[in-house]
This record gives sequence, structure tokens and C-alpha cells, in this order.
Amino acid sequence: MKHVIAVLVENKPGVLARVSTMFARRGFNIHSLTVGPTEDPSLSRMTVVVDGPEMEQIVKQLYKLVHTVKVMEFEPGTAIEREIMLVRVNASPKLRGEILDAARVCEAKAVDVGVTTITFEVTGPPDRLADFLQLMSAYGVTSLAKSGRIALARDQKTAKSQTKSA
Amino acid sequence: MPEQLTGAQALIRSLEYEGVEVVFGMPGGAILKAYDPIIESPIRHVLARHEQGAGHMASGYAHATGRVGVAMVTSGPAATNLLTALQDAYMDSVPMVAITGQVATTSIGNDAFQEAHTWGMSMPATKHNSLITSAEEIPDAIREAFHLASTGRKGPVLVDVPKNILTDTMTWHRPGQIKLPGYKPAVKGHPRQVKAAADLIEQSERPVLYIGGGVGAAGGGDELRQFAEMINVPMVTTLMARGIFPDSHPLNLGMPGMHGNYTATIAMQRSDLLITIGARFDDRITGDLKSFATGAKVIHVDVDPAEISKNRFADVPIVGDAKAVLEQLITEIGSRGAQPNRDAWLATLSDWQATYPLAYEQDPDGPIQQQYVIEELHRITGGDATIVAGVGQHQMWASQFWGFEEPRRWINSGGLGTMGYAIPAAVGAKVGTPDEIVFAFDGDGCFQMTGTELITASVENIPIKVAVLNNASLGMVKQWQTLFYDGRLSQTELSPTVPDFAMFAEACGAVGLRADRPDQVAAVLEEALAINDRPVVIDFACDPEAMVFPMVPAGGSNDDIALSREDFMSREDLT
Ligand SMILES: Cc1ncc(C[n+]2csc(CCOP(=O)(O)OP(=O)(O)O)c2C)c(N)n1
Ligand SMILES: [Mg+2]
Repeated sequence: MKHVIAVLVENKPGVLARVSTMFARRGFNIHSLTVGPTEDPSLSRMTVVVDGPEMEQIVKQLYKLVHTVKVMEFEPGTAIEREIMLVRVNASPKLRGEILDAARVCEAKAVDVGVTTITFEVTGPPDRLADFLQLMSAYGVTSLAKSGRIALARDQKTAKSQTKSA
Repeated sequence: MPEQLTGAQALIRSLEYEGVEVVFGMPGGAILKAYDPIIESPIRHVLARHEQGAGHMASGYAHATGRVGVAMVTSGPAATNLLTALQDAYMDSVPMVAITGQVATTSIGNDAFQEAHTWGMSMPATKHNSLITSAEEIPDAIREAFHLASTGRKGPVLVDVPKNILTDTMTWHRPGQIKLPGYKPAVKGHPRQVKAAADLIEQSERPVLYIGGGVGAAGGGDELRQFAEMINVPMVTTLMARGIFPDSHPLNLGMPGMHGNYTATIAMQRSDLLITIGARFDDRITGDLKSFATGAKVIHVDVDPAEISKNRFADVPIVGDAKAVLEQLITEIGSRGAQPNRDAWLATLSDWQATYPLAYEQDPDGPIQQQYVIEELHRITGGDATIVAGVGQHQMWASQFWGFEEPRRWINSGGLGTMGYAIPAAVGAKVGTPDEIVFAFDGDGCFQMTGTELITASVENIPIKVAVLNNASLGMVKQWQTLFYDGRLSQTELSPTVPDFAMFAEACGAVGLRADRPDQVAAVLEEALAINDRPVVIDFACDPEAMVFPMVPAGGSNDDIALSREDFMSREDLT
């Protein structure tokens, strides 16, 4: 099962290397990892999607890094989760109409149209991206670029925040 | 008027500010600038012959004194040489600060001469590390390094200092308040958990205190004794915990695990409650985890939350400093009624101790047994010595057969098992505790890794004593080949004559002695103890066939503990 965790870390050089080295050293599998600024310039937010059953250890090992300030593990359904992808699909002139119809349903935006391909941008919850990708696989996906996930807790007390020493 | 210092001067001043009395290291290009103010500094510098040695010296010093050990080396090959000692200290939670030179900031990443990515390489081998980017940062960076090394779960911290920063000038200022918003090591345990622990203890019929090095690191020996006596519960002391509680105390069962004694190992197996403090359920203790202490509930006290329920689920987790939590437990238990009667449990354990003692035989006409050397030294010194060990059979025997009575007097490489640890660690321990006898039991294999640090010991007037328990083999590995590879020895036999350890010692400026027969052991030990102006090395020609028992085969169940070679061979399940 995949778990989503948010990690607030001090915005210091090398902090991404510290986190990824820790994951590698402990043998934890990262599905995706994103990092970026937050509302507080001294902090960066990482959103990590991890596989595997060792959640308790992962959270504790993250906390063990001196530059980790806070770790939040999201229970399924308690966070707003977003990904973005660019997907290029084979689109011969006679299939174009059909492909664009399907894209509309999935809120995919055509951002580049070539002679034989269309490139779509899809933003949204992870399953929307997955659905669209599955739909497009029938036509042939020639290139795919996908971001990692970002997530914020919904505006209620749903994220299980793990205090540092518990 | 604000004082202008070079980065190098600020670095040495910052070390002085931390109260550092000794630095172990070796100069070189990138760190050169920092070696100049050392000349005027009251800090003593001990020149190691290899940076791994400098690191283990800092570790031995930290073990013996409880203070932070400091190593300072140059960039590139020096930093990589130091890595083994960092990982070693990390595994054993030894407080250390390492300062490494680095190529100039403008050269970083250019494969400059003696450049290595020290920060990246040391990251997983340290508790924390940093790369200094301006001379102004130095006081705070050094303060932070010492703070991190010596608080919470202790460990090595590395500070990488580029060459140009040592030359830059800065305005001297004392370090400010430490700014580590995410670093708040727990001290006291949660009161609810302390109560829950007391509840379990009250209900337990067969409790065992499972004590690890964390209790020593917290300086909780006295509290441990008070607590153990108060609840009248037997205790096992792991390889890292030897000496935290006196071996002569009737509640101390000694070392459990792969080469632990029968009673300590099986007491855990049959226990209904493991009161774990500062220990981490290492595979050398538990054997096969699935069959380890299956009937026991677990109370786990540790300052590092990540140790709790890492290997074995804890029914009652308590995050906190071992000493502080022991005080809480003492208060809590003290407010409650009498403990259950555990005479039957204690009687069973005494029976086991009588039936399955640690044993060996010294044939007066046969080769020297290592256990005999260890016991003879204990007899002659009355146990009043700090014992340091290498890694291998001799280490296990030293832990088994030396009666430890005091903390900080047993120094060895437990977690990493680093051959070559003993001699440099003994040098560090002797520097830190010059009035103590510091005696290293070293293997002939280990000695050949770091024996050149005897030169440091001689030249710097650090009179350590080294007993080379020479079995002309990489004994521990040979033992595995004998037991698990049908006696097919592969690359584990060393020369019985080369090197000549006594001659080697003499060449290093130490006294070299030898003993070939058991009847020479006592006399040669007396002779070594009488020499105090130089290091002494004694080459003991020991039995090359001897094996360490009891033994639980790696990955096997602790229930399958084999008491002797004959016992092992008679068990088809093991061979
Ligand atoms: C640096 C390092 N290399 C290899 C090993 C594997 N190893 C463990 S014990 C041992 C033999 C040690 O020989 P010696 O020092 O003579 O001790 P003995 O077992 O004979 O007492 C070896 C090779 C190790 N622990 N550390
Ligand atoms: Mg040997």
C-alpha cells in the first residue's frame, strides 16, 4: 500500500540529499518525492509517497535527521493530493476527434499538437491521471513526464501529526 | 574592540571554548592552516600514524572519559581513512567530533587535488555533518557539532572546512544560541508509560532487565543498581554494557547472545518480561527474531525513538534518557506495594549458572588458552584496569572472562566489529585516563591492521599495554569455517612466526615480551605491569584450535545454544 507523508525540513543546502540517502540506506522504497518552498522561507516541504509496510520506522528515521522539523502522515482521503503530467499520444488525423473528446471528459488540456501526435497536460488527483493514461494507452503513448505528488491536509483535523518524541 | 581572527584561529579557539583538552589527528594540505594556531593552544595534539587510528583514539578517549573525542584530519584520503572510525562510532553511539579539511570552496566539484566528497560520504556514517561556507559560521558550527555529538543518542558529527575559509578573517564572537528547531531529544519518559511499565513489572513472574550501552552513555549505573535491587530482577548486560553493573553482583547474569553464557541467553528466552533499557535487539543478541523470547512482553526505554519497535515490538515504549527514566521508574515502583515473590525464578537461574558455567581448561603442558591470560591478568590486577579489545575470538573471551565492576572500563567495537580498534582506542583511553592501567587484548590479525599506532604511543609517551593473543589465525573466521564449512580453512591461517610481535614492538619504541607456555603467563604479566615509562606488548602463543562457546549459529534460534564443540557436533540440526 502507498502512503503519503509530508516532511517539513529546514531549508538548508543538502537537505534533499540527507533525506534520499536515509531512504537508500534504510532500504525504504520511494515511489515519488517532491520538494519545494513553503509559506515560511526557513522551511521546505517534501511530499513523499512510499511503498511498504514500515511506515512507523520511516517516520521515526525521518525525525532522526537533525534538519527534520515535522512529519505528517496522511490517512487515505484526508489530504488534497495533486500530480501533473505531460503525455504525448499518437493521433492520426482520423482519430483526433475521438481522442480530443476523451480528453475533454478527463479535463486534459491539449498543449501541443503535431502532425501525428497530441500532447496533453493533466493536473489533478492521482487517479484522474491514471484514468487518462489508461484511456490513452489504446492509442499509443509515445512520451510521458509525470511530477511527484504534492499534498496538503484538508482544512480540518485529519492529518495524523506525529510528534517528534512519540 | 572586536578581535579579528583567521578561520583557523577561530576553529582552534572554538575547540578551546568547548573545553577540548586533546585532538587526535594528522595535518595535510587542506587543514594545514589550522595546525598553526595549535602550536600556541593549550590543546594537546596527538599525532596518529593513520587517520583511522586518530578516529579510534578519539573514540577510546570518549569511552574512557565520557567526554567528546575530537579527531582532525585533512581532506581526501585522510577523510576517507577516517570513515571507518566514524561508522564505528556511529554504530556504538560514541560522542565524537571530526574536523576535516576540504579543498577551497571555489575548487569543490572540480576534482581538485585531494578532493573527496567528504560531506556526502560521511552523511550515512555520522549523526550529522556540515560543510562550513564562511569563517563567520565557525563558532556556531563547532558549538552545534559538540551539542549534537553529546546529547540525545550520542554519536559522531563531522564538520568539513574548506581551506580558504581557514585563511579568511572573521570577527570573533562566542557561539550564539543553538538553532535547531527540529532537534529536541527527549529526557523524561512519558509518565503514563512509566506507570504502564510499573504495571507490567508488578505482574511479571520471570522478568529480565536487558541492559545495553545506552545506560552507560547516560551515566545511569547507580540508578540501574538501585532499580534492579528494588525490584529484585536479574539482569543481562550486552557487549556494550559490560561494567555498567558489577559482574560480582548476584543479579548480573552477564552477556547474552551469540557468544553469551547459557543463563543470560536462556533467561531471556524463558522470560515473560524484558525490561529493555538502552539496548536495541541487535541480531547478535536475539538470534532468529521469530523464536526470540516468544513468551516475553517488552518494555523498551531508549533515547532514540527509532530503536523502539524496530526489531521487536515494544508493548510499553518509553522514549527518554536511560538515567532519567530509571529515576522515574524508581519513584513509581517506590510508591507501590511489594513486588511479587520471584524466588523460584531466581533459583532456576542460579541452578543454570551452576550447571552451565563458562568453562575452559588450561592444560599445564599444553598451549596457552586465551581465557587463562585474561583471568590471570584479572587476578594480578584485582580487576583494576581498563580493558580494550579488538574484534574476534579474543574479544568474546575478554567480555566473557573479565569480571567487570565499573563503567567506562570496557572499550570495544560492538556494532561495527572493526578489526584494529584496540590499539588506537587504548591510546585514546590512556590519554583520557592517564592514571589507569589501560590493557588491550588484541588478536594477531587485528594487531596487523593498526599496530603502527604503537609508534604514536611510544613517541607521545602514552604507556599502554597490549596482550597479543596470538593464535596464528583469523580465529573467529576460522571457527566458522571449522564449524560450518567442514573444516575447509580458506585464508584464515596466519603465520605463527611473522611478524615477530615482540620485535615489532621494540622497533616501534615499545617493550616487546613473549610467553610460550602457561607457566610463563603470570610472570610476563607482572613484568609488563611494572613497566610504566613505555608501551609494552606481550606476544602470547595461544592455542590455534580453541573455539569460543557457547555459540548460537548466525540466524539460528537462541534455544539452540551450543555449549561446547562436542555439544555442537552432536547436534545434527546445527552442523
Ligand atoms: C576490518 C575487518 N575486516 C574483517 C573482519 C572479519 N573478521 C572478524 S573477526 C576476524 C578475525 C580476527 O582475527 P584476530 O584479530 O587474530 O582475532 P581472533 O579471532 O583470532 O581472536 C575477521 C577477519 C572484521 N571484523 N573487520
Ligand atoms: Mg588471531
